[in-house]
Amino acid sequence: MAEPLLDIRGVSKSFGGVAANVDISFTVTAGEILGLIGPNGAGKSSLFNSIAGEVKPDQGSIRLDGTVISGLGPVACAARGIGRTFQVVRSFDSMTLLENVMVGSFLRHRNTGTAMAKALDVIGFCGLAARADVPAHDLTPPEKRRLEVARALATEPRLLLLDEILTGLTPTEAQAGVDLIRAVRARGVTIIMVEHVMEVLLPLIDRAVVLNLGRKLCEGTPQSVVRNPDVIRAYLGDRFVA
Amino acid sequence: MTASLIIQVAIGGLLMGLIYALVAAGLSLIFGLMNIVNFAHGELLMVAMYAALLLHDHLHVGLLLQLPIVAALLFGVGVAIYRGLISRALGVRFNSGMVQIFITFGLSIFLVGLAQFMFGSDFRTLNDGAISTATVAWGQIVLPVSQIAAGGVCLLAFAALALISRTEFGRALEATREDRDAVALIGIDRDHIFSLGWGIGAATVGIAGVMLASFYYIAPSVGTSFAVIAYITVALGGFGSLLGALVAGLVVGLVEALTALFIDPSLKEIGIFALYVLVLMVRPRGLFGRQ
Amino acid sequence: MTGAAAHTIETRRRTQLLVGAGLLVGLIILPVLIPSPYWRGLMVLVLLYAGLSQGWNVLGGYCGQISLGHALYFGLGAYTSTLLFTRLGIPPTIGLFAGGALGGAAALLVGWPCFRLSGHYYAIATLVFGLIGLLLVENWDWVGAAEGITIPFRQQSWIDLQFRIAVLPFDYAMLAYAALAWLVAWLVEGSRWGFYWRAVKDDSIASRSLGVRVFPSKMAAAAISGAITGVGGALYAQYIGFIDPPSTFGLSLSVLIALPAVVGGVGTLWGPLLGAAVLIPVQQISIAKLGGAAGGVDLMIYGGLILVLALVRPQGLISLFGIRGAAGDAVVENG
Repeated sequence: MAEPLLDIRGVSKSFGGVAANVDISFTVTAGEILGLIGPNGAGKSSLFNSIAGEVKPDQGSIRLDGTVISGLGPVACAARGIGRTFQVVRSFDSMTLLENVMVGSFLRHRNTGTAMAKALDVIGFCGLAARADVPAHDLTPPEKRRLEVARALATEPRLLLLDEILTGLTPTEAQAGVDLIRAVRARGVTIIMVEHVMEVLLPLIDRAVVLNLGRKLCEGTPQSVVRNPDVIRAYLGDRFVA
Repeated sequence: MTASLIIQVAIGGLLMGLIYALVAAGLSLIFGLMNIVNFAHGELLMVAMYAALLLHDHLHVGLLLQLPIVAALLFGVGVAIYRGLISRALGVRFNSGMVQIFITFGLSIFLVGLAQFMFGSDFRTLNDGAISTATVAWGQIVLPVSQIAAGGVCLLAFAALALISRTEFGRALEATREDRDAVALIGIDRDHIFSLGWGIGAATVGIAGVMLASFYYIAPSVGTSFAVIAYITVALGGFGSLLGALVAGLVVGLVEALTALFIDPSLKEIGIFALYVLVLMVRPRGLFGRQ
Repeated sequence: MTGAAAHTIETRRRTQLLVGAGLLVGLIILPVLIPSPYWRGLMVLVLLYAGLSQGWNVLGGYCGQISLGHALYFGLGAYTSTLLFTRLGIPPTIGLFAGGALGGAAALLVGWPCFRLSGHYYAIATLVFGLIGLLLVENWDWVGAAEGITIPFRQQSWIDLQFRIAVLPFDYAMLAYAALAWLVAWLVEGSRWGFYWRAVKDDSIASRSLGVRVFPSKMAAAAISGAITGVGGALYAQYIGFIDPPSTFGLSLSVLIALPAVVGGVGTLWGPLLGAAVLIPVQQISIAKLGGAAGGVDLMIYGGLILVLALVRPQGLISLFGIRGAAGDAVVENG
């Protein structure tokens, strides 16, 4: 078997004595869409932050293409090809959409003209071409989510971390989001996504990893995962287990 | 250099430190409540000192009566500044942080100008007879009564602030500071709390100003150096921490006095600055601030 | 569709250059049309503060690090070129580069501990560092301590920036300074650094996730900002012919350096110039007409103007022209 793109081995992290992640291990193969699911407080955001370099795991390692990246910090992770969005949108509100995305494309292109061309390409890809000159402040919430995707894509990542980008969208908007995510994968970008909206998520992902109370509960195909009694118990409580 | 001289200077420094602490407490209260640094804080002190001077010179009001009158006056000034300026700055959509800084800077320049216009630039003193000149001697240690009284009143004011924080209003203050938006849900009027916060913060400075006026010179520019010391005190103690302001104020007063004694009076601030830079390196959010 | 957006940014930048060039020509002609030394002197000050504030704007505006200690870099520039001139006879046209270099280096030195601080903690730390500079110079006899230094007149020459009738040449010297500061701002605004600074100002966590190295970005902004301010200090010293600690290291100078950008439009290319063109004449004219013995009214007008403009036009006067600035909120992280 080919070496996985991302290899998470025994990652633990606690914040002020509260264990957010306990001994989590799984791998992500290049080209797949992996769903990271679990109830609130399961440790998904903490794990995301570890992968993106925002926090350093207390134990364990995270490897990207065989190289350890855990503890290198977000800047190095971005440089090595990890892009991310944020659960609560963090757009650069004083800048236009195009300028936001250019901050991303400057990572690989120092020249302003090249960075702009690259950013415009990504903006078009994300279906935002008509909004390029709009200040981020004035974008609608779904547009801001796309802005974050475009900005991360502009860094030309190999692995893209999407944090609840479909949450809070109308069904139509969510469907458009799903189409965008598929198109991103078709570009050869591997995706890990955290999402609460199961009915949207399950058809989209190739594989799921379920976290509960900081630990990995199980992993597998979306179909197998939703039938797993442990998963049902974690989500709904014991009385729903057949 | 005798031991009694060192002790005398140290006590004098601690007494001055209590005034610094009280001025800083007002600044810290406002900052802790709403994350605003009042760059006109020194000018509030100056206003309080002139108010004490006017009360004394024209109405022959004694020190004990000056305290409540000036405190009430400054309370009103604080509320007015909040209602007239700060609440508007909070509503600004762009650059609100920068707007807050420069509005209070504009206000400080305006107040200095106003004082110059009304009283001229000359240094004045408030000679309150016995209080201003009397001294207490204990062996070779001689201390002016006015400074001892000032230190005592500042301590009382601190006790009052500590009491306020235990009242229902104090809890509302704390709640507002913890979560500005959530308090609206439990029926606390945020605007009301903020303006009371400004009122109390300014009244605190008012008390410090009255006590300071009893032994210090009074001039339109007098606030600047006290404001700078207050910023350092608050940054040392940790923004928003009452205990931090008290401890840091005492430390600043002591360090200043000892630097003046052992190094050079004209370099007395360098001791404070050095201390500040040192703390900055080790604890960026001050001794008692949330790191 | 995509072409239109590229067009907008590039057109905007080309227009800025054209307007800048037009303005430059206008300002070259202007002092010839106003023979009054008073008005020419006012123009010197407006251009000086336009350049200084343009420099402040690089750090305070684009990068969002609100410095209240820029007088430190100004004072270093003024004292460096003056001392090089009076002690070693090195002409100020060379000395001003040394002053700029020292200003930039000092900004890096101050930035090192201070950029770990956020919001008000940063502003107050810079204020203290400025005052440390003031205090040290006030007590340092070798540099004239509190008395300051009077710069002797050596010869009428551009090399020494000394003139028997100083106002008109300094109109052009300051114009060159303001124009260069503007050009630097224009260049960095369109560069990767400029984008990174604005991103850091708006959201440092998001910037890091895009590979922006936040601390080096701030340091770069500080170095450029400090250098521009230092050069301004050197020019000021030659213009006035006398420097002392309060006029070159004072806290009110730090505020005065920041104000034109704040009033004109923080994080914008034209804000500092516009702000200086409004603030400096108001300040100078009210001092001349209303200052002096009775005093005070000038400060009331000046302070009141700052207060009102900050409240009424928080985005700066430039917004009257429909130009958006860096509207992000860097100081108060309401959490």
